[in-house]
Amino acid sequence: MAIRKCTLSALVWLLSVSPWVQASPSDIANQGLGENVAPCSSCHGAHGEGNAAAGFPRLAGLGAPYLEAQLDAFASGARENAVMQPIASALSTDQRSAMATYYSQLSAEGAQASKGQSDNPPDTGAELAEHGRWANDIPACVQCHGPAGVGVGEHFPALAGQPAAYLEGQLRAWRNGKRPGGPMGLMASIAAKLDESDIKPVAQYFAAQSPAPAKGLDHE
Amino acid sequence: MSNRIPLLTVAVSFAMLAAVIFWVGTRDQSAPTPAQAKTANAAPAARGDTTESATKSEDVAVSGNAASERSEPLPGAAQPGAASAADDFAPPTRSEIPDDEFGAMVRKGRDIFTDTQQHADQFVGNDLQCANCHLDEGRRPDSAPLWAAWAMYPAYRGKNKHVNDFAERIQGCFRYSMNGTPPPRGDEVLVALESYAYWLASGAPVAKNLPGRGYPELEAPEQPPSFTRGKQVFADHCALCHGRDGQGQRAADGSLAFPPLWGPRSYNWGAGMHRVNTAAGFIKANMPLGAATLSDQQAWDVARFIDSQERPQDPRFTGSVSETAEQYHGEHSMYGQTVNGVVLGQDAPPSGTAAKVNQP
Ligand code: HEC
Ligand code: HEC
Ligand code: HEC
Ligand code: HEC
Repeated sequence: MAIRKCTLSALVWLLSVSPWVQASPSDIANQGLGENVAPCSSCHGAHGEGNAAAGFPRLAGLGAPYLEAQLDAFASGARENAVMQPIASALSTDQRSAMATYYSQLSAEGAQASKGQSDNPPDTGAELAEHGRWANDIPACVQCHGPAGVGVGEHFPALAGQPAAYLEGQLRAWRNGKRPGGPMGLMASIAAKLDESDIKPVAQYFAAQSPAPAKGLDHE
Repeated sequence: MSNRIPLLTVAVSFAMLAAVIFWVGTRDQSAPTPAQAKTANAAPAARGDTTESATKSEDVAVSGNAASERSEPLPGAAQPGAASAADDFAPPTRSEIPDDEFGAMVRKGRDIFTDTQQHADQFVGNDLQCANCHLDEGRRPDSAPLWAAWAMYPAYRGKNKHVNDFAERIQGCFRYSMNGTPPPRGDEVLVALESYAYWLASGAPVAKNLPGRGYPELEAPEQPPSFTRGKQVFADHCALCHGRDGQGQRAADGSLAFPPLWGPRSYNWGAGMHRVNTAAGFIKANMPLGAATLSDQQAWDVARFIDSQERPQDPRFTGSVSETAEQYHGEHSMYGQTVNGVVLGQDAPPSGTAAKVNQP
């Protein structure tokens, strides 16, 4: 309820101060957009690298279609989050799309493995991440998210170096129906097949990986 | 500047309208679900050749038929415990590989099996890994697991009309599925792969067709497999990972995440997977990855679609597509058939050409 009211007033307010409608993605990222949109950088970092301590995810280098779908889902309420919903709702469809493109083009290099709580990820997390649990039809996470979770293409986001608390929160969100299933419902179905005891270790495993992919395999 | 004001008024009224629509729209909005493939009404394949009851792929050398003895031959992805199909046998767990000289060879074999590109590069002529078709490191039932294969050799194979030992069976995979050059007999690559398979089969009975062996054999589909319907299944259920062009996708570190299904870097026209019935069985049991929920008909249709695409030449190519088709390709092969005006095999890149490292 509060959110809808918020949305409405945000929209009206937004349009009454038209200069902001023309704000560029980097303006929005660094200066925000009026009252309802704090600068993205204040939470997601100056280069979209995220903030491990606060649990704000990195956006840099994630696929544009993925980021756009997330912003749209926040705006529609399909993905529930008290912080991001009002922000995404205050952006126009075009602005959401532009922000997605902007962050997809930033390099993941600036991001760091989120240290601290995940210095020694438990072995059970590594086992699930690297081998899956096929007896329960759970593929290895890295089959879709790339080795060490570096990400694959536009639809399979990097997990490497994301804050452990954030990753945990997402797995729980799917289990509680608070996040849309994503392409083909794949991730929602995997999250549903996990045991409660899998969640922390596997989140810690990916949090401890380096987000900057080590290139240089002899392919291509 | 002056025409900004009326524009703004219009914009604001639109915004109010939009906000109201949005308000109403969000009231019981639930997570959008992707449209399920609706393929039933699509036109049947132009060529419409009927598919007889599927015969067990000739690639698995069998005397009895494990698949048809099984009460539940096609485990759906949603059911936990595909392994229950193989209740009576379970391979040792990963951590049980012994810490001795033999164990070292087993590990080497496992590494070759899961990262063939890295560890047996000189024998490989495409972008695939053994484990791409034999999932979970060669452990998954209904994914031609190694533990079920080991003790079934030596065996007579129709494919080459003589008795093959296990090493020769693996050589065949290098030649066809991996589009490469088979490691010579006695080569460490073969010894390592044999050691790995033998170890996985620890405690398995000899010459017994274990449940879960090979890929499931699907009943003949209600409607003949259709390229057109298959194309739609591919777009809805496969392209996300394997790419719209079927050429797979790489991870951000450059390694291959989703393997190519056709084209010069995939399995060749002699590989078991090029047979529509074999691919249909594999797909039904294993694809989409982690969510194998296609109907039998969808699996047949999409198998027909991917196996109607050009890929490296059959290494047994005689110089003539029709002659090669006649000699080596049975009813489940699209090789030599005309699809969309093109004779499949006609434009195939030569087999084994994609190898990256100087070959012996
Ligand atoms: C006040 C802090 C804050 C600000 C400002 C903020 N975000 Fe966020 N953002 C978050 C949090 C917290 C999450 C995690 C939400 C969740 O747990 O679902 C998040 C998640 C996201 C996600 C989803 C990431 C993923 O991997 O799925 C996107 C995309 C995003 N934000 C974009 C933006 C953009 C664009 C802006 C600026 C217009 C912005 N955010 C401003 C806190 C913030
Ligand atoms: C079959 C493919 C597949 C597998 C296997 C898979 N994922 Fe995912 N995952 C996805 C897709 C697709 C998305 C994007 C979902 C979306 O668009 O909302 C995703 C997203 C996520 C996210 C959200 C990332 C973010 O930035 O918000 C997390 C966390 C995640 N996966 C964890 C895991 C873990 C842990 C495993 C292993 C247990 C795993 N995934 C295995 C396909 C997969
Ligand atoms: C393109 C997919 C593909 C790849 C890659 C592949 N195989 Fe196979 N493999 C098959 C098919 C198809 C069969 C026959 C199964 C059937 O017909 O049910 C098979 C059968 C086998 C068998 C015999 C199984 C049995 O029960 O008799 C062994 C052993 C084997 N493969 C080993 C390997 C090895 C080792 C590699 C890597 C060098 C490899 N395969 C790569 C598709 C593949
Ligand atoms: C979520 C991603 C994903 C989807 C969707 C998916 N696959 Fe796959 N597919 C994979 C992966 C990963 C492998 C390799 C498996 C391994 O190494 O464990 C694979 C392997 C294969 C192979 C054997 C290897 C090769 O390249 O020939 C075939 C055939 C195949 N898939 C067909 C399909 C078909 C048909 C569909 C659609 C019905 C499909 N896949 C959907 C991820 C996917």
